[in-house]
Amino acid sequence: MKKLLVIPFLCTCLISFGTAIPVGSTHAVKTIKQAIEKASHGDTLIIYPGVYREGNIVLEKRLTIIGKDYPVVDGENKYEIFTIHADHVTVSGLKFINTGVASINDLAAIKVLESNDLRVQNNKFENTFFGIYFANSTNCRVEGNELKSDAESEHQIGNGIHLWKCEHMTLDNNRISGHRDGIYFEFVTESLITNNYSEGNMRYGLHFMFSHNDEYRNNTFINNGAGVAVMYTKGVKMIGNTFEHNWGPSAYGLLLKDIRDSFVTGNIFKKNSVGIFMEGSSRIDFKENTFSENGYAVRLQASCDDNVFERNNFSANTFDLVTNGTLVLNTINHNYWDHYEGYDLNHDAVGDVPYRPVSLYGMVIEHMPSAVLLWRSFFVFLMDRAEKAVPAITPDNLKDNSPAMNPYDFHKAN
Amino acid sequence: MTRVLKYILYDILRTRFILLYTAFLFISTFGLYQLDSDAGKVVLSLLNIVLMVVPLVSIVFSTIHFFNSYEFIELMLAQPVKRSTVFLGEYMGVACSLCAAFVTGVGVPMLLFGINANALTMLYTGVTLTLVFVSLAFLSSVLTRDKAKAIGIALLFWLYFSLIYDGLLLWVVYSFSDYPLEKITLVLIAFNPVDLARIIMLLQLDISALMGFTGAFYQEFFGSYLGMVLSTLVLFIWIVLPIALAQRIFNRKDL
Repeated sequence: MKKLLVIPFLCTCLISFGTAIPVGSTHAVKTIKQAIEKASHGDTLIIYPGVYREGNIVLEKRLTIIGKDYPVVDGENKYEIFTIHADHVTVSGLKFINTGVASINDLAAIKVLESNDLRVQNNKFENTFFGIYFANSTNCRVEGNELKSDAESEHQIGNGIHLWKCEHMTLDNNRISGHRDGIYFEFVTESLITNNYSEGNMRYGLHFMFSHNDEYRNNTFINNGAGVAVMYTKGVKMIGNTFEHNWGPSAYGLLLKDIRDSFVTGNIFKKNSVGIFMEGSSRIDFKENTFSENGYAVRLQASCDDNVFERNNFSANTFDLVTNGTLVLNTINHNYWDHYEGYDLNHDAVGDVPYRPVSLYGMVIEHMPSAVLLWRSFFVFLMDRAEKAVPAITPDNLKDNSPAMNPYDFHKAN
Repeated sequence: MTRVLKYILYDILRTRFILLYTAFLFISTFGLYQLDSDAGKVVLSLLNIVLMVVPLVSIVFSTIHFFNSYEFIELMLAQPVKRSTVFLGEYMGVACSLCAAFVTGVGVPMLLFGINANALTMLYTGVTLTLVFVSLAFLSSVLTRDKAKAIGIALLFWLYFSLIYDGLLLWVVYSFSDYPLEKITLVLIAFNPVDLARIIMLLQLDISALMGFTGAFYQEFFGSYLGMVLSTLVLFIWIVLPIALAQRIFNRKDL
């Protein structure tokens, strides 16, 4: 009776998992290429520790590739390592090093072309030109990978995780450093990007264009060359991310260009030279964000309209808000500003006089950048004071009518 | 010369003002370090003291001191001592005591809380500004025989360099905002020691990143070896020129 039960069980195992092929110097199959040749759809390759120098490995079968104790797959500074053109492939536990560098071809450690339902999990990447590259794929998961590179300039290095024309992708818990862009999205829609950590990349920590209806949660972007840039996109949700220490003459915590109908909620912007720089963006909700110790918290160009800033904390920023025009089409309300000097007679925790976040000097340098050399002079101090007392030049209706007296505690709910 | 200097230093110490000034600087620096744990921000707050208070105190104290020791100067000149010795002795006495007060008042708390490049630049700019404004004070003192008038001129110098000049500078930037102004403003900045000190200080702190293109341009200039030498040279001229002029007037003056 027992035997009878075991047979169907084994059968299902064979159907769903195929056979396992061990690969390694001590096994019958020595190279990954041989193993792929031998394997049929649904098989599992188990790669044992060692260094595999096999040039470009093309994978066109539905296989699961699992590395034991991070076997090293070396591109010898010449080749692209994995080129995958098959559905339902899983690659996990491998360590990819030294892909080739090219100016015409985007050589990657793992390149996926026109495939669906892939998983790239828990791999390590060192000195790869592009780390993980997806083109025209859907429904894939990229999880727990660690990408490190130490190129010296932008043209010597590609992006960490590069996605082009994809749908329903999930990026979770990856760590990327030292690439050109940490995460790069172009035409990637309906995707979820969570818990990633992007630090010290040459250009942007996260860079996306034409990537509608994506959701970014709990990611951290620290110390990237120019921060995070997002452009030409609608329906984005950016929730609970941290943008920290993106510092430099042209670095932004978050650069929003032509973004529409989106949510920026619960993020932390800390120590960036510019917290948020916005241009041509409309209908974005900024709620419950924390802006602290930035040079400029928000640079709101006059080309933005119908944006709402509500219940944000602004503290210890050099400039809270700077704009370059007098026409104001955005709503700013119920925020906490540490520069606010008003009073609250009826103790309802809402200030009785409006707060004007734009200082005269902020306006002046937006129009005449070379006036910045008067920064922190006594003259500028007096000028700002006078303007605060009797606003004449700063936009009259750009004000927070009900500023909060105390900073909001956004972590209370958690 | 050293003996004259000794008498003057004794005289200055006796007035106790220098001690008060030292105490004021010490307490404010110490207080700022206690209020804020971030050393960079403390230096930024100290910047206001260095740019406003130090020039004001230096120029007013020096002018008053000069007129208070007028009789001493007259007495000294009756002796077989050169005029320039007495005058430079006075200058050295006042300048040394004010610089010592600044270095002690600001430097000691800095040493206690950890000194770094920013703090050193701050000490450097503070000392240079003190020297510049003592020079200007001596110039305003020899320009007139009347104490009140001399203090008026001294205050005017202070007001001009900390406020009026910046207003004029902003006007220039505004009027010619269509032109590339970086090099011209660099020259204009050199005509005001307070602005020069402020920019040197701001570029030390990493907030210079906020200053955009102009900041980057200035950073490149002041960061270079040539820029450092030139800016020091310009500040040195600001010390030497007024005092040389003042001495010239003093040497020929009918006291």
